[in-house]
Amino acid sequence: MKILVAVKRVLDANVKVRVKADGSGMELANAKMAMNPFCEIAVEQAVRMKEAGQAEEIIAVSMGPEACQEQLRTALALGCDRGILVTADGEIAPLQVAKMLRELVEREGAGLVILGKQSIDSDNNQVGQMLAALAGMGQGTFACGAELADGRILVTREIDGGEQTVSLELPAVVTTDLRLNEPRYASLPNIMKAKRKPVEQLTPVDLNVEMDSNLKTLRVSPPAERAAGIVVQSVEELVGKLRNEARVI
Amino acid sequence: MSILVVAEHDNRELKPATLNAVTCAMEIASYLENPAIHLLVAGHDCAAVANAGAAIAGMGKVIQTDAAFLAQQLPENMAPLLRELAGDYSHILAPASTTGKNFMPRLAALLDVAQISDVSAVESADTFVRPIYAGNALATVQSSDQVKVITVRSTAFDTAETDSDRVPITSFEFCLEQDLSRFVSENLSVSERPELTSASVVISGGRGMQNGENFMMLEKIADKLNAAVGASRAAVDAGFVPNDMQVGQTGKIVAPDLYIAVGISGAIQHLAGMKDSKVIVAINKDAEAPIFQVADFGLVADLFKALPELEQAL
Ligand SMILES: Cc1cc2nc3c(=O)[nH]c(=O)nc-3n(C[C@H](O)[C@H](O)[C@H](O)COP(=O)(O)OP(=O)(O)OC[C@H]3O[C@@H](n4cnc5c(N)ncnc54)[C@H](O)[C@@H]3O)c2cc1C
Repeated sequence: MKILVAVKRVLDANVKVRVKADGSGMELANAKMAMNPFCEIAVEQAVRMKEAGQAEEIIAVSMGPEACQEQLRTALALGCDRGILVTADGEIAPLQVAKMLRELVEREGAGLVILGKQSIDSDNNQVGQMLAALAGMGQGTFACGAELADGRILVTREIDGGEQTVSLELPAVVTTDLRLNEPRYASLPNIMKAKRKPVEQLTPVDLNVEMDSNLKTLRVSPPAERAAGIVVQSVEELVGKLRNEARVI
Repeated sequence: MSILVVAEHDNRELKPATLNAVTCAMEIASYLENPAIHLLVAGHDCAAVANAGAAIAGMGKVIQTDAAFLAQQLPENMAPLLRELAGDYSHILAPASTTGKNFMPRLAALLDVAQISDVSAVESADTFVRPIYAGNALATVQSSDQVKVITVRSTAFDTAETDSDRVPITSFEFCLEQDLSRFVSENLSVSERPELTSASVVISGGRGMQNGENFMMLEKIADKLNAAVGASRAAVDAGFVPNDMQVGQTGKIVAPDLYIAVGISGAIQHLAGMKDSKVIVAINKDAEAPIFQVADFGLVADLFKALPELEQAL
């Protein structure tokens, strides 16, 4: 079985980000970028399945600027076998990402697609579900467990009320939640080896996907600031304030 | 122009998040000509839910699709059902719960339209605000799609009233056979407490709680305040408490009247889930912890000393 994993280049989760003064987007120039944390978990899941003899090949796909090479190389250093970079400028809408992935899934004959449940920049949480719809596959979203069994995959999902397990026909789409696994770090020799692994470069045109989205971002603004609070000296003072000033208890 | 709201429920009860989505629908409706709002209750043996839905203020009618294959509202079943209904609507809304987030993008892809996630404000019939970057920014987005497929951030909208004259319930028959996905099992947390996302008081513990047993200290206080108990990701990852208690960017979004953060440092991913609370209290022994920057009342103290005192004082 071939596994396709999608990896997105995003602002590093530890970097505090500000809105640009002109409201056109975020202040990202020279900011530290990284692989989306949920995509790291997707890569780890694919690598573990390959190590367990359940997959022969892992293909990592990234879409965006040329610089996504970095995240693809990280994926290759972590154990993916080859990469595909679809270069495109600007923000790519989830539906367009899903359409391109669908085309790649078909070309590669992937038996399983693993993606992060959301990217920590646009916070959409859409691509996996859209891909599953377009490819006519089942979807196991927000996964905290995934196991192959009898030609299907059992996915345990984190849901609002607790956990749910579904059994999906293969090929299927799985999107990862935080507790699916703990991603490894790439070793230096593997980072060196990754430099020689192949990365194919494509464009949206190669995949016959129109990049125009019907959803336009008009502006980006900072959220309302909270008024500064106070430090109380004791539990007694705290309870007094909550009762008499804030009146919330 | 009509708006369809998809009810959040467990076949027995209508969940409050539905009522927030209805309020969002009413705001959108105020920009439409001759608007009507319909509620879809899709499930199995869900008549009680449809009945409850029929009394929501502002509703034109309730559509009930009742069939065994809809019992868990699997997206592989919900999306085709909604596609069937979509032709009559300019907007389809569902709460941004794990259920809505699961089937709404699937529906959008079937309709070949964008999906708009986690809408927190309505500017017009086609322009909406949604948080991005863990709530560090708000994006104003405009959709030119025929059908706007929207998930609604519950904490951003009031709950609609539920004591209206009942509207008619119509039944919509829909059959589907698919083997892409089968429901296997569910492991749901049972709690006597109010639901985390709709409680008016929430007390959450973080890594500072040290273990699961110590959460009893929070439970005791929660009992006195009729509060829900939440947690940071670190507390969930460490196995102190189950995943459904996680508050944050990738967990639950809460905005109670009072949020008490105990032994939580205040990482942006945690703040993303609670910083719209009316009053925030932080109890942390580290005066430099970022949680104090959003707290209305901060207490720099050892939680093992402060919590028993707090329980006494209530
Ligand atoms: C992709 C991604 C998604 C994430 N999503 C979420 C999310 O949804 N929700 C979430 O919460 N986090 C999320 N995180 C994790 C987040 O970045 C933090 O790691 C996490 O919130 C930290 O939890 P914490 O505050 O409990 O632990 P810590 O940061 O370790 O803080 C513990 C705090 O407890 C205090 N403390 C310790 N002992 C005591 C004591 N005896 N008395 C008083 N105070 C004490 C310490 O001073 C410290 O401030 C996410 C991270 C990533 C990368």
